[in-house]
Amino acid sequence: MIEVTNLHKSFGEAHILKGITTTFEKGKTNLIIGQSGSGKTVFLKCLLGLHEHDKGTISFDGRIYSDLSIDEKRQLRTEIGMVFQGSALYDFLSVQDNVMFPLKMFTQQSHTEMLLRVNEVLDRVNLTGANQKFPAELSGGMKKRVAIARAIVMNPKYLFCDEPNSGLDPHTATVIDNLIQEITKEYEMITIINSHDMNSVMEIGEKIVFLKDGLKEWEGTNKEMVVTDNEAIVNFVYSSNLFKKVREIYLKESKL
Amino acid sequence: MNYLEHIGKYFLMLKQVFKRPQKGKIFWEVLFREIEDLGLKSLGIIMFISFFIGGVVAIQTALSVDSPFIPKYLIGFATKRSMILEFGPTFTSVILAGKVGSYIASSIGTMRVTEQIDALEVMGVNSLNYLVLPKIIATVLFYPLLGMIAMFLGIFGGWAAGVLTGLFYSVDYIDGIRLEFDPFFIQYALIKIVAFAFLIATIPAYHGYYVKGGSLEVGRASTQAVVWTSVAIITLNYFLTQMLLG
Repeated sequence: MIEVTNLHKSFGEAHILKGITTTFEKGKTNLIIGQSGSGKTVFLKCLLGLHEHDKGTISFDGRIYSDLSIDEKRQLRTEIGMVFQGSALYDFLSVQDNVMFPLKMFTQQSHTEMLLRVNEVLDRVNLTGANQKFPAELSGGMKKRVAIARAIVMNPKYLFCDEPNSGLDPHTATVIDNLIQEITKEYEMITIINSHDMNSVMEIGEKIVFLKDGLKEWEGTNKEMVVTDNEAIVNFVYSSNLFKKVREIYLKESKL
Repeated sequence: MNYLEHIGKYFLMLKQVFKRPQKGKIFWEVLFREIEDLGLKSLGIIMFISFFIGGVVAIQTALSVDSPFIPKYLIGFATKRSMILEFGPTFTSVILAGKVGSYIASSIGTMRVTEQIDALEVMGVNSLNYLVLPKIIATVLFYPLLGMIAMFLGIFGGWAAGVLTGLFYSVDYIDGIRLEFDPFFIQYALIKIVAFAFLIATIPAYHGYYVKGGSLEVGRASTQAVVWTSVAIITLNYFLTQMLLG
């Protein structure tokens, strides 16, 4: 379990995170949502250790991040997989080398063992045979799948995704969402997704944390989100007519 | 941010760079790739420029010494001195600061803005050590060789210019090259190249690594990297000359 307690982060005068407390459980896809500027990215980067938080604690299965030594932090990071918004694949490496990179860097496996594992995860993300392609030759959806393959190649305990389906067409976005959810169950990971995409929230949000102005405004499941009366979340999630109608129909059906 | 803060941040960056590589095999792979990208791929332009610069120096010297009382071997002597003392190390380094410096700043800067550096950090990789140390070693090892090639081709270019234009005789030029050859000048040139190579690898890396924003900022960082590397080379050249020859 990842436990966040009273997390604060400021940049100069700007107080971005103002005391967030929440938990993320194993085997669940957790989504962090909120308007632009609500602190989602800063929150995710604090969880990843890319930003040092000013106050509060982040605990990974009982290990408080700020109390760990440099070596312990390095060890913890090998247990983390990350899918970046723009995929962040290394341009100068082929798909195979991109996915193999963490194995080369952190394990003593032979090339054959590493190749076996790379092919296994590429198969899992439906990219069989794409080993020798370079990132520039891939579509947006394929890049995301390579990024997912690289993130899971080390069998991580924690998977973080920053807007994993931004810039993708609706069908590919759904494929990526479902893939992340399936992998979360298979690997029994704690997955935390930072997303703007309401389809993702409805589809795979087993736990949703809604941030507003650096504070946790609401948290619950996707089903609870449909029936909540919280004004801020209703205004944010059901801002489009389509979603308003979906909510009305759902509420009517649930009353019947 | 003022200049002192930049200098402090630059030295803090170097502290992270000079750590033991996390995985030796990966380090060697990256090092050989950097030697190719930063060294071998610069060989052509350096050979081309130094050959013609040597030719121009020889022609200009020949045209300046038209008095019968000044021996013609001074053309070869002046060309050799110019190529070894300045054109070989300094001029070559300024060219490399433009070519390689912009490449380093833009490639690292692009990695920063496309979150590739964050991806390294999240994995637990010391990104500065992984990205910058192989560049420093590649340039420090390879640029002395480039400098030596530049010196040789410059002197050869001077000889070729004289032979082709008929401004001086080959025998006089060769006599000038042999005259008062001091091996320390080669040492002096190599010391300068090694120092400049370090600047060419680290200053653009600093500008690229700490870039914030998008492609426009990467472009700006690349330009700034070239300007500041050139300024640092010219300034250090003055101090090294004063210390080693003064």
